[in-house]
Amino acid sequence: MTRTWRLVAGAIPLVFLLAFFVWPLGTVIATGLTTEDGSALGRVLGDSSLRGIAWFTLWQAAVSTVLTVVAALPAAYVFARYDFRGKAVARALTTVPFVLPTVVVGTAFLALIGPRGVLGTDLTGTVWAILAAHVFFNMAVVIRLVGGLWAHLDPKLEDAARTLGASKWRAFTQVTLPLLRPSIAAAASIVFLFSFTSFGTVMILGAPRLATLEVEIYRRAALFLDLPAAAVLAVVQLVGVVAALMLYGRYQERHAVEQALRPARETSRRPNTAGERLMVGATLGWTGLILATPPLVLVWRALTLRGGITLNAFTDLGAITSVDPASAVANSVGFAFAAMLVAVGIGLPAAVLVAARRGRVSRWFDTLLMLPLGTSAVTLGLGFLLALDTPIDLRSSWIIVPIAHALIAAPFVFRSTLPVLRSVQGRLREAAAVLGATPSRSWREVELPIASRAAAVGAALAFVVSLGEFGATMFLARPGAPTIPVAIFRLLGRPGLVNLGGALALSVILMVVTTIVVLAVERARPPGPAVF
Amino acid sequence: MQHAASSRQKIQWRSRGWLAAAVCLGVIATGCGSDEQRTVRLVTHGDWEMSSDVLEAFTSETGIAIEVLDGGSAAVLVNQAVLTAGNPVADVLFGIDNTLLSRALAADVCVPYTSPNLTAVSPGLVLDPEHRVTPIDYGDVCLNYDLLAFTDPPPPSGLIGIIDPAYRGMTVVQDPTLSSPGLAFMLTTIAEFGESGEYTWLDYWADLRANDVTVVSSWSTAYFDRFTGARSGGDLPIVVSYATSPAAEVLFATEPDTVASTASLTEDCFRQIEFAGILAGTPNESEAQALIDFMLGQAFQEAIAPNMFVYPARTGTALHPAFGTAPDPNATTMDPDMIDANRERWLAEWTDVVLR
Repeated sequence: MTRTWRLVAGAIPLVFLLAFFVWPLGTVIATGLTTEDGSALGRVLGDSSLRGIAWFTLWQAAVSTVLTVVAALPAAYVFARYDFRGKAVARALTTVPFVLPTVVVGTAFLALIGPRGVLGTDLTGTVWAILAAHVFFNMAVVIRLVGGLWAHLDPKLEDAARTLGASKWRAFTQVTLPLLRPSIAAAASIVFLFSFTSFGTVMILGAPRLATLEVEIYRRAALFLDLPAAAVLAVVQLVGVVAALMLYGRYQERHAVEQALRPARETSRRPNTAGERLMVGATLGWTGLILATPPLVLVWRALTLRGGITLNAFTDLGAITSVDPASAVANSVGFAFAAMLVAVGIGLPAAVLVAARRGRVSRWFDTLLMLPLGTSAVTLGLGFLLALDTPIDLRSSWIIVPIAHALIAAPFVFRSTLPVLRSVQGRLREAAAVLGATPSRSWREVELPIASRAAAVGAALAFVVSLGEFGATMFLARPGAPTIPVAIFRLLGRPGLVNLGGALALSVILMVVTTIVVLAVERARPPGPAVF
Repeated sequence: MQHAASSRQKIQWRSRGWLAAAVCLGVIATGCGSDEQRTVRLVTHGDWEMSSDVLEAFTSETGIAIEVLDGGSAAVLVNQAVLTAGNPVADVLFGIDNTLLSRALAADVCVPYTSPNLTAVSPGLVLDPEHRVTPIDYGDVCLNYDLLAFTDPPPPSGLIGIIDPAYRGMTVVQDPTLSSPGLAFMLTTIAEFGESGEYTWLDYWADLRANDVTVVSSWSTAYFDRFTGARSGGDLPIVVSYATSPAAEVLFATEPDTVASTASLTEDCFRQIEFAGILAGTPNESEAQALIDFMLGQAFQEAIAPNMFVYPARTGTALHPAFGTAPDPNATTMDPDMIDANRERWLAEWTDVVLR
């Protein structure tokens, strides 16, 4: 790749991120810290109910994190240490909840523990509903990150401890757990981050009594038009987000260097004894119960809402007049295609550039590109509203929605292609060069074809991320142009079985599409470390 | 209001433009390609309801098609209009009410237009002397109760009545931060009890909370999902709704000659006036003016009560007998400037006392 091309490859994502991430976010921070009347900061920090919301946001995120880790560790262990039939599919399925749109998760729990839920107890408006949804949503993070490291830990370490007389429990707590700690901390910080900035699930399951900072930022800005207060809250929230991200970054680096790892296939085996089989079965059963119940209940409610098993909820979608489901689907698909194109246009050149150069600039670029994923979507939406009125007022243009989606989706393209490009650029390119190919020819004929498969995986992920995005879209969707998640949310606020059925049916559709894409991605993904 | 019944004209947002839209991604434009047909875009709240033949009459009279855009709740609708003032997403905005009026006027969201039909409107409804907004309808937000639920104890006597322990756990209201009738009811309590003195409006709400009031996020959830009078599986016999709701129950009853089985308290109501305005910066000002004229015209005004369950702003408009006689349109309302100056503080105080 020539110098010019490298410049172009760097300039495209850089300009995009400066215009649509750094500037809007900077505007939020500037607005929050230097409000025109100078009083928003004091007004917000002095407001006891807002302090209450901040405290609730913090503790529910902490409790969600602990519960998720505890609930997911057995599964991480079983996936790491044991082989069983259908393991690959089972592991792929555990990922599905994590990529489900939060609105779908909220609707599924509404079907389970809502006012007309199958369990018959209404837990909405209580913290239990929120905690349950967060555990369901985030278990995959722990299973993936902790299980991923666990599978590569040398079992001989634990065996040695056992030989030296340690009990099973002691060997676990004193040998395995310390080795796992970095990955547990990394997973916990991600779970904390997602629970801390939870929006869709809290909007659906917590309202009107419970609110996270994310919900309150939305309320202040969209309902009260109190942008200074919303910006102050966004800054407060950013502090928590940055802390969680820093923790994650620290443990990521550590777990990358410290240990001698074994290939996963050497560390896992079939369960031998009846006790082991029972343990594996029980763990898989327990994990499956947590992860499968909400989606299955959602489908069941969609099919049986009006007695008997019918497809009425789906066929009646066309009859819903309060929100137009057909145009919501058309909008969502259109936005998702546009967002996917933009995300590939940003993520791919960035990956090419970062793969080509190592060093500090590259690392900074990497971090900058990943940041939008960690930033709360509602804060991004608020930033767009505050900043994107000059030089061209984009706030009333439809294009603002796919741009916001692309910002959140580009990291998926970037992270899917980067490892592949890195591996290609070492040996393969040298081989091409030895065989006489010019750098541009080796790029065109060797690197690009290999990278394009990885880019396709990233593009597919970007597509589903856009389909499910809710927080920023609530701010930015134009009147008359709702997306599927916005339509689901509006339908949930309307009376009667037809509207509820419509919300359930749209949720099922979104869930099925997401699941299919994720399972296809799992199959198509090139081997190697998976970050998402 | 959402008394769903009449088939609704919902002109689909042109979705076929999407492929083209994805292609012209690089082009920062508000629209890729336009129709030859003259169109006026009406942005309104989710409770908008109008029979399709009325809207078609407009198109056949003027040759202008109407595109209706759902902007969410009234507050979100007006806030978005404020944020995009001068660069609007539509030509006409319908759904600014008197609780949101000052905010919209201060932000120069709408341009003045004096419709020739305005002369037929009761002067008490015209709150903006510059005519940047035009009153279209009005209604009263009152407590409604289920007649069948109250023989013993008797029906509640009003605001003070529902904090009596005899009515414990019977009332459902809307969150005023999310719902405009909820906001109207909150303002009623402020007008009634005031902010100072021995017993303030916040004391009232503390008592209401102690009496197990249920708070839900929307009018439709309160009315259809929780109110027993709607006969759709609710569990609470007192609800905040409109003075016209009992008439709606009669009008849409499945049995003919049904008599009202719900009633509205006539005391302690809040007057809501809904306005339409031409959005500043619209390229279609003459089409927008035609739509405002039409909305104040006989056909549209007569369709307001049966579709949206509020009273028409135009005097002398024929009213379905179920609605009885419309209340005096010139009744005083709380000053919009006072509402605007205090709304956020009141909502924050309400949230503290009732929800947290």
